[in-house]
Amino acid sequence: MAWETINRRTIADEDLGPGLTVAIKDKIRAFLPRYPSKRAVLLPALHITQEALGRITLRSMREIAELLEMPPSAVMDVVTFYSHFWTKPRGKKLICVCRSLTCELMGGKRLLDVLKERLGIDEGETTPDGEYSLMTEECLAACEYGPCMLINEKLHKCVSPADLDGILADPNNDKLDMPRSDLFDPPGHGM
Amino acid sequence: MAFEPVLMRNVGVPNSTSLDVYKSSGGYAGAAKALAMQPGDVVDLVKKANLRGRGGAGFPAGIKWTFLPAERDITYLCVNADESEPPTFCNRITIESDPHMLLEGILIAGFATRTTVAYIYMRGEFMEQFHILQKAVDEAYAAGYFGRNILSSGYDLECYIHRGAGAYVCGEETGLIESLEGKRGWPRIKPPFPAVEGLFHKPTVVNNVETLACLPHIFTRGLDWWLSLGTENSKGPKMYCVSGPVNRPGCYEAPLGLSVRELIYGEDFGGGIRDGKKVKVVLPGGISMGALRGDTFPKNPGDEPDPTQDYDELDCRLDFDDVRRYGLLGLGTAAAVVVPEDADMRDVLLNLARFYAHESCGQCTQCREGTSWMYKVARRIAAGAGRACDLDLLVEVTENMGMMPGMSICGLPDGAAWPVRTIVQKFRKEFEEHIRAQSPQAAAEVIRRTNPAAYDLPILGPGHRLAPREVVQS
Repeated sequence: MAWETINRRTIADEDLGPGLTVAIKDKIRAFLPRYPSKRAVLLPALHITQEALGRITLRSMREIAELLEMPPSAVMDVVTFYSHFWTKPRGKKLICVCRSLTCELMGGKRLLDVLKERLGIDEGETTPDGEYSLMTEECLAACEYGPCMLINEKLHKCVSPADLDGILADPNNDKLDMPRSDLFDPPGHGM
Repeated sequence: MAFEPVLMRNVGVPNSTSLDVYKSSGGYAGAAKALAMQPGDVVDLVKKANLRGRGGAGFPAGIKWTFLPAERDITYLCVNADESEPPTFCNRITIESDPHMLLEGILIAGFATRTTVAYIYMRGEFMEQFHILQKAVDEAYAAGYFGRNILSSGYDLECYIHRGAGAYVCGEETGLIESLEGKRGWPRIKPPFPAVEGLFHKPTVVNNVETLACLPHIFTRGLDWWLSLGTENSKGPKMYCVSGPVNRPGCYEAPLGLSVRELIYGEDFGGGIRDGKKVKVVLPGGISMGALRGDTFPKNPGDEPDPTQDYDELDCRLDFDDVRRYGLLGLGTAAAVVVPEDADMRDVLLNLARFYAHESCGQCTQCREGTSWMYKVARRIAAGAGRACDLDLLVEVTENMGMMPGMSICGLPDGAAWPVRTIVQKFRKEFEEHIRAQSPQAAAEVIRRTNPAAYDLPILGPGHRLAPREVVQS
């Protein structure tokens, strides 16, 4: 990964990004009784925050740290370790293309190339209209349906480049057609 | 062979995720039996069944439970549902089709180990599966299978799902524990083992989804049934996955000891390769366990496997012992990825090397550096700028990383070394042919284009090999 240096000491207040709302904080607090330590709520807290804000902002890292009584640096340490957390703005829908050996043998590489061309972006980037972000994933554990890709929650199986137009044109291409649990959703959504 | 599937009996049954359907086929009867026994007797029965962990290492679950200290107030059970080994998806099938079988297993294991709280650590990529399992947990709570005084036995157990966020190393048991505690998933130095000091510094048991899913059946069908399945030291049924360009990719259940050939070609299993192609190489235990030569090679005339000769190795039986005769690291997850005859081994090597370079957690130097150097070298070979000495270099790197040479905290680098080493050793001729076919000038151009720092390096001819000393010193 490329080296990016940020001077966080003198960072302007408006560059910290949005913070946690009261409802998000309440939702995070609801996880506290599950664990004997506050710090263990960190991963659920980050999932909830990312669902609500689309990414983990610097301000939300500070506020999560305060809520869970841990240093903000430790929050950032965890955020940057896991590949699912985004610190920069993310599109409304995130496309994860599987690049495991099985999917590659079944044509995953070509699928990714066509998708990049269609969206006009590279891995880790977002389309200018803010609709899609693109990333690759090591294995989506759906190898019998290779090549596969995940759009937000919905898994698309056995995707050939010819299917892409249809998938991208469908406004509900990221929605599951099944009852969901709202556990990690932003408060007020879903249900 | 009349084998009746048990782990996958509800796959394809309508509404199989609901409690009613699960109970209609004898669900939670095993838990009822187990909870009527003493916890110690439950452990003894699982020990007698020799239920070996299905997550990869194959450690007997019953013996793992006996490592817990006798005097303890709190015990945690971590369920490893972080299935991140490509190309494994049997846990996904269990969670998707029969979540209550897993929950019943958690209840039995929890009772046997006197667990107070069970955490299901589920990989972040499982979206649909999370909703299914969460619904099943809610149902189980409502029906009194979790919570206080379960089945009037006086036993209390809480069960929560904890979602991961995309890290292969969190499938390692201490990496999983660290991640659950809200830290980066860096594996811990052992000892102390999790059974003594694990999650939140308390005694902890970590078991795989499939291991736990086996438990109800040991209690309902009995020890004799269980011991009648499988081979000498590998008892019980196993969910095998096969993927790649086979006619019927998917997950199939069979007793332990299925041969790789049967898994790929059997009518009830993979059903052969598409377009009648042959197998060049198969990685039978998830990618980390190493590679076997396929049937593009001649048949072995003898009975003993000989990895030094170019023979077809598909007769390897997938149990905990036979894989070692073929030089594999272990059974792993018994998920085979089949590479057909027309694939380029340079691309296969590159894909594997990239995976480990991406997923090494960066804690131990030889793994962090070794995996990224393997990736760089594999990329060079795939770009058409390989050198014969690169193959020696790859083998050299793999021999100096991992727990086996005693250099790392967890087994990830062993899992990285095995496929790379076996592929380089078994397909050395093919790699050398590619390298011989390169023009030295074009290769030098590739190197200079991809790595400007290499501009002043001498152009090495395709036949150049480093002397063994040079490799050791570098």
